[in-house]
Amino acid sequence: MTDSVLTQLVADLLAQRIRIVDLTQTLSPEFPQIVLPPEMGQAWPFRIEETSRYDERGPAWYWNNFSCSEHTGTHFDAPIHWISGMHLPNASTDTIPPAHFIAPACVLDCSREAAADADFLLTIDFLRNWEKQHGRIPPGAWILMRTDWSKRTDPVAYQNLDETGQHTPGPDPAAVRFLVDERRVLGFGSEAIGTDAGQAIHLKPPYPCHYYMHGSGRYGLQCLTNLDLLPATGSVVIAAPLKIKQGSGSPLRVLALVPTPSDVPAHRRKRIGTRPAKIAKRRAAKKRL
Amino acid sequence: MTSPLVRPPRKNPIPRTRVASLPPGMRSRVALGLTAAAALGRFELQVCRDCGRVQYPPREACCACLSRRLDWRVQDGAGELLSETMLRHSFELFFRERMPWRLGMIRLDCGPVLVAHLHGDCSPAPARVRVRASLDRAGQAVLIAIPEKDTPNMADDRQLREMTCDPKFRKVLVTDAKTALGQALVDALVAAGADLVWAGCAEPWKKSPGFERLASIPQISLLTLDLTDSRAVRDIAGEIGGRVDILINTADYHRNFGIAARNGIEVARAEMDMNYFGFLRLAQEFAPAMRARAADGQSSAVAWVNLLSIFALSSFPPHGTYSASKAAALSLAQCLRAELGSAGVRVINVFPGPIDDEWNQALLPPKIAPGRLAAAIIDALRSGAEDVYPGEVAEDWLARWRDNPKALERELASASR
Repeated sequence: MTDSVLTQLVADLLAQRIRIVDLTQTLSPEFPQIVLPPEMGQAWPFRIEETSRYDERGPAWYWNNFSCSEHTGTHFDAPIHWISGMHLPNASTDTIPPAHFIAPACVLDCSREAAADADFLLTIDFLRNWEKQHGRIPPGAWILMRTDWSKRTDPVAYQNLDETGQHTPGPDPAAVRFLVDERRVLGFGSEAIGTDAGQAIHLKPPYPCHYYMHGSGRYGLQCLTNLDLLPATGSVVIAAPLKIKQGSGSPLRVLALVPTPSDVPAHRRKRIGTRPAKIAKRRAAKKRL
Repeated sequence: MTSPLVRPPRKNPIPRTRVASLPPGMRSRVALGLTAAAALGRFELQVCRDCGRVQYPPREACCACLSRRLDWRVQDGAGELLSETMLRHSFELFFRERMPWRLGMIRLDCGPVLVAHLHGDCSPAPARVRVRASLDRAGQAVLIAIPEKDTPNMADDRQLREMTCDPKFRKVLVTDAKTALGQALVDALVAAGADLVWAGCAEPWKKSPGFERLASIPQISLLTLDLTDSRAVRDIAGEIGGRVDILINTADYHRNFGIAARNGIEVARAEMDMNYFGFLRLAQEFAPAMRARAADGQSSAVAWVNLLSIFALSSFPPHGTYSASKAAALSLAQCLRAELGSAGVRVINVFPGPIDDEWNQALLPPKIAPGRLAAAIIDALRSGAEDVYPGEVAEDWLARWRDNPKALERELASASR
């Protein structure tokens, strides 16, 4: 075998110089689905029916039938999901170029802001500050908004609904336009149930992340988890939706390839340290100070 | 006088739990006329159209004039107790296990003399009594004589309780307690003396006004239960299925569409998934344990209640797909009745007209209030009936449907134009 980049990659994976982080929530009936007014069409939650379990229905095998929406659990949004992307070419799950399924990721840590304000909106100022620390967002990258929302394992807290609707963080319209027009990102990923904020129907335009991202042929990832295990830059995301004919999206397994700290240039290690134990230790140390 | 029922001691796990035995269930086709009326909570006898004779037992022809023109007519049951017998021996298992058993001979004011089960509070003969038709554990009509005037603790009579499904000291599962009906029902069950009420709640992240109040009531235990989730239904049945004495399925998915008013089948499927498949999931997981506990002492498993709809009888086209899902549920309820009936567990179907809730907002009154519907369900459990048509709309539809189902179909079709 020739010594190609792929050979090196496999060797790095084997030696755990590159780790794989699973950014996917488990598909389960308990995981909540998006809430819309009840008279509207509804996304199916994940449901599973046993076909046989080594019994009279199938003596030596166990299997299930399951059902769900294209937008259930950790899922991918294709451009035709939104009206602004309806006429774009190669914009459904079966026609998106496969080259887009592997891309670098920039992780924006908004966890403190989201903890302080469930309706936190990501702004251009926040993005510019991030770029000051981590460098310019490269074209074709996933923007992943870390809010630690996935740590809300109680569905009631995860949905965070009150009489005025849902309260979850997301980007503001200007930030989305900046990412689409000036940084030419591949798409936007969120830990909450939508790429847009819970109150985004009241923004101009409503649901700006869906409207601008999909209107420009970009993608969305929702209900991600483990974003706290990713470095701000340097990871690569593998996110390939099911090849559903004219699909608007799909549940999928999202994986991140993450270099271990020793392979990161020394001057950036401090920010990018990833192992949870290390993070916890560092936080504890900070608190003590 | 009947002494008030006391809370039964905890189950002794050493002896074998008895299997249910049933009273004799064979009836001739003509005698099933009595059962058809008792199923609706009515006492009806054959009345000859030619000579006016009221007769019992039911026959093919009038016992006075041999006319075959016999109509089933509602009777008030007033009569005189002529004599009584205390049964101390029987070849029927059901009665052997319940000796002694009080029987009386009664002359009804309308004519016939008959033998009936005799309530413990009836004075010795001669005494005025009221005769009622009730379904027994075999699901067939029997006659029971009760005192002319209500007595204290009358419902606690040992023999009467063999015909009713009183929630007193029983454990009840209400599958959806989030709605106004569910909350009213849970309150009514607690007021009726239920020992424990499991109050089901699907999608807990969607808050429902008033639901959180239930958590503070000591007899109520909240649980997350979504009938569209097979695994959840199985898990809950594993947890509490062996203790449920009465199951009331109030889970209901209701939208307001016919065929042309909505594109696609998503709404119809959701209605079917809750109203039909949800019921089927529940029946598969809960019915076996209820069958096994049908003779488990004073607080045995006794009843399964389905919240159907009057729309199950004949389609209300503006709510056409909902009507279809309720018709499917009615058919399944008949199947469940056959399967649970052989163990003596009663299946009660409730057919309300439009409930006064958000999905019937656009309909004109009369609409049945959730509290009134809840009260009708409690009444049904305390009675010997199995088909309940609460409220004016349900009664009117039932009468029109029994009179001429085709005419009702046409009337409902024109109502939607």
